[in-house]
Amino acid sequence: MTVTTKPAPAAAHPGAAPSGGLLDRVLKVRELAILVVLVLMLVATQLDNSAFLSEQGIKDLLLNATILVLVAVGQSMVVITRNVDLSVGSVLGITAFAAGEFLRGGGDPLLAVLIAVAAGAGFGIVNGALVSLGQVPALVVTLGTLYVIRGLDSIWCGSRQITAADLPDGFAGFGHDGLGAIPYLALLTAAVLVAVASYLRSYRSGRDLYAQGSSPEAARLAGVPVRKRVLTAYVVCGALAGLAGALYLARFGNVDSGTGTGYELTVVSAVVVGGVAFTGGSGSVYGAALGALLLTSINSVLPSIGVSSVWVQAIDGILLLLAIAVDRVVALRVAAVLRKRAARTRSAHHG
Amino acid sequence: MAETPARPPAPPSTPAPPRTSVLPRTSVLLRGRDVLRWDTAVGALLLVLLVCSFSLVDNFGNALNLSFLIGNTLPIALIALPMTMLVVSGEIDLSVGSTAGLAGAVMGRLWNAGMAIETIIPLCVLLGLACGLVNGLLVTRLGLPSLAVTIGTLAAYRGVAQIVLGADSVTDFPQQYLDFGSGRIGGTFVPQAAIPWAALLVIAVLVLHATPLGRSLFAVGACEEAARFAGVRVRRIKLALFAATGAVSALTGVFWALHYASARYDNATGLELSVIAAVLLGGIDFDGGKGTLFGAMAGVFLLGALQNVMSLVNVSAQSQTLITGLLLVISVLAPRVGRRVAAARSRRRAADPPAAKALATV
Repeated sequence: MTVTTKPAPAAAHPGAAPSGGLLDRVLKVRELAILVVLVLMLVATQLDNSAFLSEQGIKDLLLNATILVLVAVGQSMVVITRNVDLSVGSVLGITAFAAGEFLRGGGDPLLAVLIAVAAGAGFGIVNGALVSLGQVPALVVTLGTLYVIRGLDSIWCGSRQITAADLPDGFAGFGHDGLGAIPYLALLTAAVLVAVASYLRSYRSGRDLYAQGSSPEAARLAGVPVRKRVLTAYVVCGALAGLAGALYLARFGNVDSGTGTGYELTVVSAVVVGGVAFTGGSGSVYGAALGALLLTSINSVLPSIGVSSVWVQAIDGILLLLAIAVDRVVALRVAAVLRKRAARTRSAHHG
Repeated sequence: MAETPARPPAPPSTPAPPRTSVLPRTSVLLRGRDVLRWDTAVGALLLVLLVCSFSLVDNFGNALNLSFLIGNTLPIALIALPMTMLVVSGEIDLSVGSTAGLAGAVMGRLWNAGMAIETIIPLCVLLGLACGLVNGLLVTRLGLPSLAVTIGTLAAYRGVAQIVLGADSVTDFPQQYLDFGSGRIGGTFVPQAAIPWAALLVIAVLVLHATPLGRSLFAVGACEEAARFAGVRVRRIKLALFAATGAVSALTGVFWALHYASARYDNATGLELSVIAAVLLGGIDFDGGKGTLFGAMAGVFLLGALQNVMSLVNVSAQSQTLITGLLLVISVLAPRVGRRVAAARSRRRAADPPAAKALATV
């Protein structure tokens, strides 16, 4: 036994280097593919309707995407750890209302945003504690907190609503204006995106999230503080949902007890279309952001090429199915290639 | 290996007696645990709630209210039957509400086109079957997680429903069918539509709890690979379950349109969450392999009765949402915490005897 195992690591090493490269390439291609689809779609629409990509058009596209991108970035952190947070829609709704109430009382806009983020992080702590300490399935618990938070929101709001007239001018302006075609909201979102991406790529605790997602048991045995990491992912997800809530308020200026209802499914769609696998451990927040951009762009593209908006939902769903099906087929192909390559190197070494 | 043949003659007679004496004790233990099982507890809770409501809440016990209660709960109770089996086998279907909505929308569209309702209803059920087959094929053939697939089809089927019917609502179905959807049997409080539900319930209970097929569902849910090696045709069973879920969802959609006398594309929106909440509350383990239909039905009617009672005593709809969510969280948290407490206690008990002995000798 010892004789046969010894060459194996040595054989695996030269085999592993190109295979890692192949996997990397496939993952990059995955994001590239969404980008290509997105660009093709936008260019085709522009050819059809030349007013589509005007300065205002680009600004609208980016503004529509920002809120979804923010929530999708948080959600992908949770999905990477092989969990899910369905309560983001409710958190977005209640934090938007909280920020609105604070502003209506004459509060400082910056403080209002911080309050929304803090409230979101608080809900994230509840979710994360239930999932990581209670060790209950994330889907079920966050389905429960979806109801609970929506219930709290509705009791608090009642039939009241926040309108743009209640908000200070500067805050609403922040939601609409920007540097040329690029809105402030998009800049803020891009900053968050880059920060989270570099955390996930370059920091030990960020890599731990991937480890936890690809094999929770192995991660635990390797000494990853699994519970702490899962809790972190949920807190970030909640905080970003809170930030998104504040931005929603700035962008739309109109919040009631139904704000954000059903948003969780859009977010999950965006994340999965963006290549963050439900089975955990793979994907990147850039992919998730591209997925979000693609979904929101479809919503703008269809009306401008004259397709009725009743098609939007069906197309979203079919796109999600296509994305996961293609991912799966590609993954199977890659696995087959890797296996063949491993077999070849092994036989070469034996020979 | 070589040493064992030398031993046998002596041992068999000696270890046998203790083994027989151990067996009855474990079975008693099991029976004791049966009494405290989660689904029994939910059933008892439902009973307590019903007794309290009958005696304390005005207007709860009259036939009209009871028929409302059952009529409003029936859609959830119908879909919960196949959903229980799906969750027991470790899968989930989030597209049931959309399938029901699609069936209702197609029913309205075909009725507007002048088709006879006797042909429309079977067509709708077939459509639901096809929807379920799409889910099932994506899950079993491509090996995709059912959660992701059915989130996709949740959007897709609802989208198709919107394309089929647009913003219209169809209300002019034939009177005798509308009567079936909202009528009661004679002067009792039982809705007429409860009869097909009861028939499906009997079938589901028999299949899940009295056939080899039902046992194999539990096996698949507990450990899919082991079940496959044991000769269970995992993929075929799962495909059939998804198809059945789709068909029952479509049937529910037809009932929904008749019961509320309105076929719209957004009928039964969010129904999937109510069904799953009720099923999980009834003690069906989300990880698969555990649960009973009794528990699922107790969960369904507990939530339904609770909502009815809360409306009667003027608890707002918002607080009802809150309570549903809390119940759901508690229902998944409690068994796990209980199990961990039990494990800790048994560990302590295992550690105790030597300690007690040491005390006794001191």
